Amino acid sequence: MSQQPINIQPLSQPVQMPDEIATFSPEVEAEIDRHLAKYPVMRSAILPLMFIVQRERGYLDPPGVSYLAKRLNLRITDIWEVATFYSMLHLKPIGKYHIQVCKTLSCKLLGADKITKYCAERLGIKVGETTADGRFSLSEVECLGSCGTAPMFQINFDYHENLTQEKVAQILDSLP
Amino acid sequence: MNSRSLDVYRQNGGYEAIKKVLDSMSPDDVINEVKKSALRGRGGAGFPTGMKWSFVPKDSPKPKYVVCNADESEPGTFKDRYLMERDPHMLIEGILIAAYALGAKTNYIYTRGEYKYLIDIMDVALDEARAAGLLGDKILGTDFSSEIYTHTGAGAYICGEETALLSSLEGMRGHPRMKPPFPAVSGLYAAPTVVNNVETLTAVPDIIKMGGEAYQKLGTEKSGGTKLWSVSGHVDRPGVYELPMGYDDMENFIMEDCGGIANGKQLKAVIPGGSSVYIMRADQIIGKDVRMDYEGLVGGGSMVGSGGFIVMDETVDIFESTKNLTEFYKHESCGWCTPCREGTDWLVKIFKRIENGGGRPEDAQLLLDLCDNIEGKSFCPLGDAAAWPIQSAVKRFPEDFEKHLVNSA
Repeated sequence: MSQQPINIQPLSQPVQMPDEIATFSPEVEAEIDRHLAKYPVMRSAILPLMFIVQRERGYLDPPGVSYLAKRLNLRITDIWEVATFYSMLHLKPIGKYHIQVCKTLSCKLLGADKITKYCAERLGIKVGETTADGRFSLSEVECLGSCGTAPMFQINFDYHENLTQEKVAQILDSLP
Repeated sequence: MNSRSLDVYRQNGGYEAIKKVLDSMSPDDVINEVKKSALRGRGGAGFPTGMKWSFVPKDSPKPKYVVCNADESEPGTFKDRYLMERDPHMLIEGILIAAYALGAKTNYIYTRGEYKYLIDIMDVALDEARAAGLLGDKILGTDFSSEIYTHTGAGAYICGEETALLSSLEGMRGHPRMKPPFPAVSGLYAAPTVVNNVETLTAVPDIIKMGGEAYQKLGTEKSGGTKLWSVSGHVDRPGVYELPMGYDDMENFIMEDCGGIANGKQLKAVIPGGSSVYIMRADQIIGKDVRMDYEGLVGGGSMVGSGGFIVMDETVDIFESTKNLTEFYKHESCGWCTPCREGTDWLVKIFKRIENGGGRPEDAQLLLDLCDNIEGKSFCPLGDAAAWPIQSAVKRFPEDFEKHLVNSA
């Protein structure tokens, strides 16, 4: 029985680095240098540097990813390989305030679901969505180590614990 | 909070232990003292710390590393956070003593990314120590030089497993590595490395100050010293509690020390060692004098693990609480090996089908069979950690599972 030959298409064009590469202020470059100086192997600085790029550009956008590859002497795919593994790294734009409600057992026992529901209703979005004005994103996340002060959420890096509906309202209203 | 400051730490005997070590002890003396203390790894596995340190080859020409595991992510556990928040210098001193014992010139504190504020606290404390000649070159005017750096994770439970942590610290995906070789022989950058939990390392200054034997006597013969227990869930006074190892009654701890069950409810279940250990029924605790140390909790039907108590009252449906934890393990499975990656996914699918009314009487056995295909067959302990809560819940709370299977059949 004869087999159909497998038709292997050559790549129509070589994979290219995006033209645009992110640039940063001298202060940020100095901060990056301080992280790189901690390690005998440059690649070790990948996570700290990703957080810096994310802070400066909102998320790991293609120019930011290109910057990381260039700065760390890695391939674009190396950056993506790492970035897709960790839950705190964002490959898409995210709201100015990222509300991360802990959903794991200790928080669930003390009403995490109600906190999530209240946030969703107040912001008019579902879990995983961002408000149209780009101000808020809402996520459910796994244990953040606040089990004794449950329920809780983290807004960006800030812990807010022993939450009640009133407290959530107050926190959301007080954000600049 | 001034307990964080170098001044307050020093007023309370801080950095006396490293002074004693540098003045009068050899690296082997330090390791022997830690061996005598019967200190066991506080991260969850409970491996004897002194023995772990003694595995580092002394004649290796490679640099050596001490890596502090501050990737605290085990559900129900929040003790390392308290230690770093309130006593960052105690951790620094503990790392320095370990570094001296092992000959490490560079050390890292790998902190989970969500604990960014703790990294900031540690960085301030490290700067203070450096300025005071307690860190860096020629510590306290001696020939001993060692540096400590903070490092951030970025959201991955698996990085609490020591070899995955090292992969992550090298800038890779946080996949675990084959053991052997153990990190003590081939760890960070393939060099000899000791990975110790925050609580383990913060115990070291006291072991040096009071002597290993005296520290051991605070606890039991095989479980030396004291242990921090994180308590959460339906208790009146949740929080972090320090108890001597071998504290003789778990019932008393929950019902008296932690103020009992909140809102006058009855105790139903306790997960005593972070979410990965066997769940215990109230009747395994009440009137049973379960001793709180490594052997005592095994005898009582569970494990010390990370010491995270999750207490549940009579209103909790153990089917639902187990589903919640299974979702956690599915989310955190790193994808490296098939039993854990596929197994946790199937477990969640079965839980969801049952929840949505598609339960079948044979599902309890199906869950157990699936767990059996994960337990002991995954690349790293995350697979076991996913299987144990389900196995114990199905066996110890069959009524909570049957209810769903009958209702929906």
